[in-house]
Amino acid sequence: MYDKSISEQSQALASGELSSVELTQSYLDRIKQLDGNYNSFITVTDELALEQAKAADERRAAGNAEALTGIPLAHKDLFCTEGVKTTCASKMLNNFIAPYESTVTRKFKEAGTVMLGKTNMDEFAMGSSNENSYYGPVKNPWDLAAIPGGSSGGSAAAVAAQLAAGATGTDTGGSIRQPASHCGITGLKPTYGRVSRYGMVAYASSLDQAGPMTRTAEDAAMMLNTMAGFDHRDSTCMDREVPDYTAHLNDSLEGKTIGLPKEYFSAGLDANVEQRIRDAVAVYEKLGAKVQEVSLPNLQLSIPSYYVIAPAEASTNLSRFDGARFGHRCDNPKDLMDMYKRSRSEGFGDEVKRRILVGTYALSAGYYDAYYNKAQQIRRMIRDDFMNAFDQCDIIMGPNAPTPAFNIGEKSDDPIAMYLSDIYTLSVNLAGLPGMSVPAGIVDGRPVGLQMIGRHFDESTLLNAAHRFQQETDFHKATPFTA
Amino acid sequence: MAIDASEIQKVAHLARLSIDDNQVDATASTINNILELVDQMQSINTDNVEPMAHPLDAVQRLREDKVTEENNREQLQSCAPAVEDGLFLVPKVIE
Repeated sequence: MYDKSISEQSQALASGELSSVELTQSYLDRIKQLDGNYNSFITVTDELALEQAKAADERRAAGNAEALTGIPLAHKDLFCTEGVKTTCASKMLNNFIAPYESTVTRKFKEAGTVMLGKTNMDEFAMGSSNENSYYGPVKNPWDLAAIPGGSSGGSAAAVAAQLAAGATGTDTGGSIRQPASHCGITGLKPTYGRVSRYGMVAYASSLDQAGPMTRTAEDAAMMLNTMAGFDHRDSTCMDREVPDYTAHLNDSLEGKTIGLPKEYFSAGLDANVEQRIRDAVAVYEKLGAKVQEVSLPNLQLSIPSYYVIAPAEASTNLSRFDGARFGHRCDNPKDLMDMYKRSRSEGFGDEVKRRILVGTYALSAGYYDAYYNKAQQIRRMIRDDFMNAFDQCDIIMGPNAPTPAFNIGEKSDDPIAMYLSDIYTLSVNLAGLPGMSVPAGIVDGRPVGLQMIGRHFDESTLLNAAHRFQQETDFHKATPFTA
Repeated sequence: MAIDASEIQKVAHLARLSIDDNQVDATASTINNILELVDQMQSINTDNVEPMAHPLDAVQRLREDKVTEENNREQLQSCAPAVEDGLFLVPKVIE
């Protein structure tokens, strides 16, 4: 059953055809057997998983099961999980046993899901390739020479390789959608404020958002039902009603308008990727949707705006790692300053240090207006571009990335080339919109995803569109093992 | 706005990071490439555009001023590098 969707597993658990202990054991066996190839997990919590599975089976026998009770999931190693190592893929937190539980993982616990382990990622979620991990790069299950995408690369690879039924990810500038796209799975970044950030190790607080990574849109809807909702512990979490995200999956798309931003189909987009996206849009036309060209004139500015705002917020957030209260401390510090500097310099990897330096510079005296303030003004222009586009359409569609997954090592020495590859995803975080990636075919053996962007708090329409697409196509059913 | 080797050391100090002497030039060069990339913004007219901190222009919620957190000192200090009598130990600060 490890190769089935969450919804199919949920039905099998409900009918008694399958127990959570059996299902969990099958994933743990696969992780043991296969994850040496992918490196998608940092920590496997096998004993805990079997305990939770047993408890889930007992809960089901007692008649208290929910839809996700007994489903084995993997969590990005950025969610604090009480009593379990939470590293953020950093040497800084290599010894950190979280003393409290994040809201997202607490909700999954309360729903009776099973935690298989914690997944690999780019250190502190900074990266687009999962090469920036203290625990080594993750490999793409479709092609071991390729990156899985990042920063939620471990979660994407684990779901693609059927080492977990679903996984959590976080997305600050594309970190759910781009790895989902590169690994041929479904990923959803909700509206900023839809899901609590409490207990997520913060990267860029005004952009970070957690979401589901799954095989199907229906599974993403089921996971989002558990994740979404107000939390007084996150001061930017929005107090809005949570709809049942599975309720409108089958709605007709007749009369919906799809906007294709012309800036998403310009120079730099691989011709084969473009063809997969155009083919996917044609499926929507067949389903009754209309297509309209729209414009996001400031799209190019999302790169400079993001690469000021995110590092600025990161430099502030990561100032908490001081070697005093938790995390790595250097040996034999001679004084307080030496402790700070050596602990941080030893604990952080190169990309993290780079972003801290850029952010510190952008926020330093005399430069604030030219950088952070300017970036926030441009952020508003980018958000307003989307608002104008949504006057003419219901969903925006385009690619997630200019090319399929590139090779491991190809861009690791060139941060600028890496940053430029984020062009199609960053603006969605700057605007706070929900975005999604669904599998749309294969180019040269590597998956390509269709990106869908919705209005604020309109995850239901994205999930509806993604589900209808998956009823018409088989791209989401392809796996690295059948290709 | 290019940044030179002495300036990069100053920024590193503000960020409480140390850069090895043989890495200073390479670091300055990478940071300059990034600054050059973000400097695209400078040519854009943003007069009368309000900076946006939150995509829905939401403001921070206020709450009643009362203690809601429990005291979990022991648990929270369980992951500290060094503690004694409930205090975090750091190198001597006062002579």
